[in-house]
Amino acid sequence: MNTTFKKIDKAQMVYQIRRDIVRMVHQVQSGHPGGSLGCVEFFVNLFFDILNHDPQNFTMEAIGQDMFFLSNGHITPVYYSTLARCGYFPIDELKTFRKIHSRLQGHPATLEGLPGVRVATGSLGQGLSVAVGAAQAKKLLHDPNIVYVLTGDGELNEGQIWEAFMYAAHHQVDNLFITIDYNQQQIDGPTSEIMNMFDLKAKLFAFGLEVIECKLGNNIQSVYDAIVMGKSLLRKGKPVVLLLHTVMGHGVSFMAGTHHWHGVAPNDDQLQVALIENPETYGDY
Amino acid sequence: MKKFEFSVKKDTRSGFGDGLLEVGKKNEKIVGLCADLTGSLKMNAFQKQFPNRFFQCGIAEANMMGVAAGMATVGLIPYTGTFANFATGRVYDQIRQSIAYSQKNVKICASHAGLTLGEDGATHQILEDIGLMKMLPHMTVVVPADYNQTKQATIAIADIQGPVYLRFGRPSWPVFLPENDSSFQIGKAQILQEGKDVTIFACGHLVWNALKAAEILYEQNIAVEVINIHTIKPLDKEAILKSVSKTRCVVTAEEHQKNGGLGDTIAQLLAEQLPTPIEFIAVNDSFGQSGTPAELLKVYHLDIPDIIDAVKKVLTRK
Repeated sequence: MNTTFKKIDKAQMVYQIRRDIVRMVHQVQSGHPGGSLGCVEFFVNLFFDILNHDPQNFTMEAIGQDMFFLSNGHITPVYYSTLARCGYFPIDELKTFRKIHSRLQGHPATLEGLPGVRVATGSLGQGLSVAVGAAQAKKLLHDPNIVYVLTGDGELNEGQIWEAFMYAAHHQVDNLFITIDYNQQQIDGPTSEIMNMFDLKAKLFAFGLEVIECKLGNNIQSVYDAIVMGKSLLRKGKPVVLLLHTVMGHGVSFMAGTHHWHGVAPNDDQLQVALIENPETYGDY
Repeated sequence: MKKFEFSVKKDTRSGFGDGLLEVGKKNEKIVGLCADLTGSLKMNAFQKQFPNRFFQCGIAEANMMGVAAGMATVGLIPYTGTFANFATGRVYDQIRQSIAYSQKNVKICASHAGLTLGEDGATHQILEDIGLMKMLPHMTVVVPADYNQTKQATIAIADIQGPVYLRFGRPSWPVFLPENDSSFQIGKAQILQEGKDVTIFACGHLVWNALKAAEILYEQNIAVEVINIHTIKPLDKEAILKSVSKTRCVVTAEEHQKNGGLGDTIAQLLAEQLPTPIEFIAVNDSFGQSGTPAELLKVYHLDIPDIIDAVKKVLTRK
């Protein structure tokens, strides 16, 4: 089902989605560009090259298909841009982001019927549990497909995340592929200063999860290789966690590597710099 | 005057357990989730019969609600079981975002609600859950009155598309409603006793107390209409307005805070459409305490004599 996306040039698509992100948040002077920019390579690989999905015929239940849940719901700019660019809804609809009567709510929601979104997220820590339940349901229904979920690393502060890790490991939910956006920044500052995770990898191991790491989370090929490797570890009794080292704000020079652009929109001049750094490739909305 | 009798007392939570087993046999999409209270929730029979459709969640209610939402996304019908306190207040944001706002078909089944939980005391005696749940858009709120009705409600909610809060309790309580009651329908008030002088709207365990109060008042020439509001949301406005148009005064009775409960719900409707004197039998802005269910109902003024007093008082305000 994903064969129609093979033709896109992933590097070119990364540029276009970054443009969408900064234009969307600039237009409404709100939203979360930092985490969105850091995850573009992950989203492009997943949605254009990995997922077994059918964007034009979205169903809530996704029987016979892979599913994706965004637990760190605030990175809607990259999520919506990717969904639109791979065909879930018209690209032109991106211009309604965060505006009144839009299906593109500030945080993802199902109420307005936006194709591609299967649960509301934004209040952190909840989407992982939902993904665990969906993966277990797929196993019960003998559906061999995979459930993917992305969480932030700041989101790991939430206790529910660790409840979900415990549960998923205990119940051997081994069709679940968890990616942690390990940018080591959260809205108030570096994660080491806000809530130190210490040895995160060791914690994940100790919870009974299969853990792999990708040090180059903004390198298209490295991310692809990591997901493929993680997939090969599924169905062996453990959920798989990919610790994806990304740079918050990657791809826009003045936003990269700091928490300052977690939830701040660029002004007119800053937007121009960001757009020069990311040329139009697949056409602006 | 209809006489309500009982030959046996049973806990409403057993009605849930028996109902879950029965509906589980009929519908293989139904799955059970429990947060380490399988015995208390009477979910053992379902677990034994359908081990692959039962999911032990441990003492982690927030995750349980999310897992249920995920299972519902794929088309299953999850019934979650834990104490009412942990099924509502503890996980309010999980229910709000992952279930209600996300329109997930999850049945939140909550035992040990109200004062009649008894000796465990105020930490567990939630008296705010009806209010919390009824405030959520898309949520159906059901509070059945006895074992038979709880069993029937447990089966009936499988057919409602969307989230449901089903509230029941711990103590043995008179079983006075028929099995497979043809007059029971989610969203439809049940007129159990007809009368012209005053209407008592009650839910849960206090429906029995209301019926007994009505019998005593009948001997004093006061004709009480007793209506079981087992579904607080959506509210059967038509039945309520019809009764109150006749009786012109109201007593509400529930094992819940006066703020946010059944009484509040009825008062809002009547204030908008048919202003009427009301007396509230409910806990008045306080926490509970340890004690037997009978002692607690007495101390917090939810007992039969309290209902009788409330009726007499509201009649003077007519």
